[in-house]
Amino acid sequence: MSKDRVRVVVTGLGATTPLGGDVASTWSALLDGRSGIRTLTEDWVDTVPVKFAGVAAVDPGEVLPRPEARRLDRAEQFALIAARQAWQDAGAPEIDGERLGVVVGSGIGGIGTILSAYDLYRSRGWNRVSPFTVPMLMPNGSAGWISIDLGAKAGAHATVSACATGAESIGYGIDMIRSGRADMVVAGGTEAAIHGLNLASFASMRAMSTRNDEPERASRPFDKGRDGFVLGEGAGIVVLESEEHARARGARIYAVAAGVGYSSDAFHISAPEPTGVGGQAAMSRAIRDAGIAPADVVHVNAHATSTPVGDEIEAHAIKEAIGGHATVTATKSMTGHLLGGAGGIESIFTILALHERIVPAIANLDDPADGIEVDLVRGEPRKLDGDQLAAINNSFGFGGHNVAVAFTTV
Amino acid sequence: MAMTEQEILAGLGKIVNEITGVPAAEVTPEKSFVDDLDIDSLSMVEIAVAAQDEFGVEIPDDQLKHLKTVKDVINFIQA
Repeated sequence: MSKDRVRVVVTGLGATTPLGGDVASTWSALLDGRSGIRTLTEDWVDTVPVKFAGVAAVDPGEVLPRPEARRLDRAEQFALIAARQAWQDAGAPEIDGERLGVVVGSGIGGIGTILSAYDLYRSRGWNRVSPFTVPMLMPNGSAGWISIDLGAKAGAHATVSACATGAESIGYGIDMIRSGRADMVVAGGTEAAIHGLNLASFASMRAMSTRNDEPERASRPFDKGRDGFVLGEGAGIVVLESEEHARARGARIYAVAAGVGYSSDAFHISAPEPTGVGGQAAMSRAIRDAGIAPADVVHVNAHATSTPVGDEIEAHAIKEAIGGHATVTATKSMTGHLLGGAGGIESIFTILALHERIVPAIANLDDPADGIEVDLVRGEPRKLDGDQLAAINNSFGFGGHNVAVAFTTV
Repeated sequence: MAMTEQEILAGLGKIVNEITGVPAAEVTPEKSFVDDLDIDSLSMVEIAVAAQDEFGVEIPDDQLKHLKTVKDVINFIQA
C-alpha cells in the first residue's frame, strides 16, 4: 500500500432501517436472521400489485421534535437521525467546521413531499403549498441539513446514482479526505420511497416481488424462487476520518475505508449488462485502489436485490474479480432494498462484519440458483478468521452505475 | 365578534409553537419574530397562512413584511 497517501478510517456508524432504529438493533436483527418486511396497510395498497415493503422500524416522527420533523422530508428525517447517531458514535469531537464535510445523497429525493405538495396545490391552491416544499424535495436537502446541524463547512455534497448512491457518497467522502479537503466526512445515503406511485413504477418495470402472501419470504437473493426486489426505507451514514486525525484524538476505529472502485456499464438504462463486466471492473478497481490483492478479500456484501437476472450476474462478477473463496452475504433479504440508502447501510454491515468478524447469513436462501461459484452464507452467520482481512460492499444502480467500496481491518 | 388581544395572543402562541417549537409562553406582544424568537422567513410564511385559517384574516405579502412583532400581528388581525 502506498505510504504517502492519507489513510481513511471509519470512526462512527449511524442507521435507521426496517430492522431497527439504530445500528445495534439492526445488526443484531441481521445476525438473528429476522425480516424487516411487512404487509402495508395504507389505503392505496389496493391500487398496486405489490402490497408489502420494509417500513422503517422506528418512525422518524417519534425521534425528531415535531417542529423539526415538519420541515423535513421523510428521507431527510432518516438522514438527520442516522447522521446524528454516527456523529455521537464517533465521539462528537470538537472540530474546525472548515475541516468537516458531508456527502449524503438519495436515489430519488423527497418524492413523498412532491406528491403531497402536488395534491395540496391541486386541491387548495399555491398558497397552501408549504414554503419548505423546495428544501424538502431537493435530493441534496439531507446533505444541507446535516451540514447545518454539525456546522460542516468543508463542503456538503449529494451524489445521485440510484441504488449506488450511498456507496458512491462514501467513495466521494474517502476522496475528500485523501485530497486534503477535510479531516472528517459524514457520508452515506437515505431513501423514503414507500408510496403507491413508486411501487406502481417499479412494478411496471416487472422489477418487484409480488409474493404478497409471504412478505417476509419475498426478498430471496440468489434463491431459485426469487421474483424481484422488495422496497425498503431508511438511512445509513458513516463518519470517515483521516487516520492521523482519528489517532490523535484516540478515536475508536471500526475499519479502514481502504479504497473505492467505480465503473459504468454504458449498456442499458436499467438492465444489468449480462456478463457482469461492469461490476467486476468496479471491484477490481476498488481492490487496486485499496492496495490489496483479490485473495485478501474474504467477504462481499453483495448488491443482490433478488431480481431474477441481477443476482447471478453479480455472483459471476465476484468470482471473476475476487475468486470463489469470498463469503458472500445479501442483507437485502432482511432489510429490503433501500435504494439510495442501500450502499450506506450495507457499507455499515460490511464494516461490522470485519470489526466483529462475523457475516450475517442470507435469509430465504432455500434453493440456491445453479452455477453460482461463490461461497454464499446460508443458515447461520459465518465467523471470519484471520488477522488482516478485507471486505467489499457492492452497490449498483439504474443508469449502469457500479460502485465497490473496500474496507480492511485496522 | 372581534377577538380580544388575549385570545389572539393565545392563538398565535399555539401556531408559533406548532410551527417552530418556540414555547407559546415566549410569544408575547413586544417580541420580534426574527430578532427575539429566531424565526426565519419561510416559517413566517407558514405562520401567516396558519393565522389566516385561525383568525379568518388574509395577510397579503406586502403587509407581512411590515409585521415585525407579535403586537404588529395582533393589531393587524384586530384592525
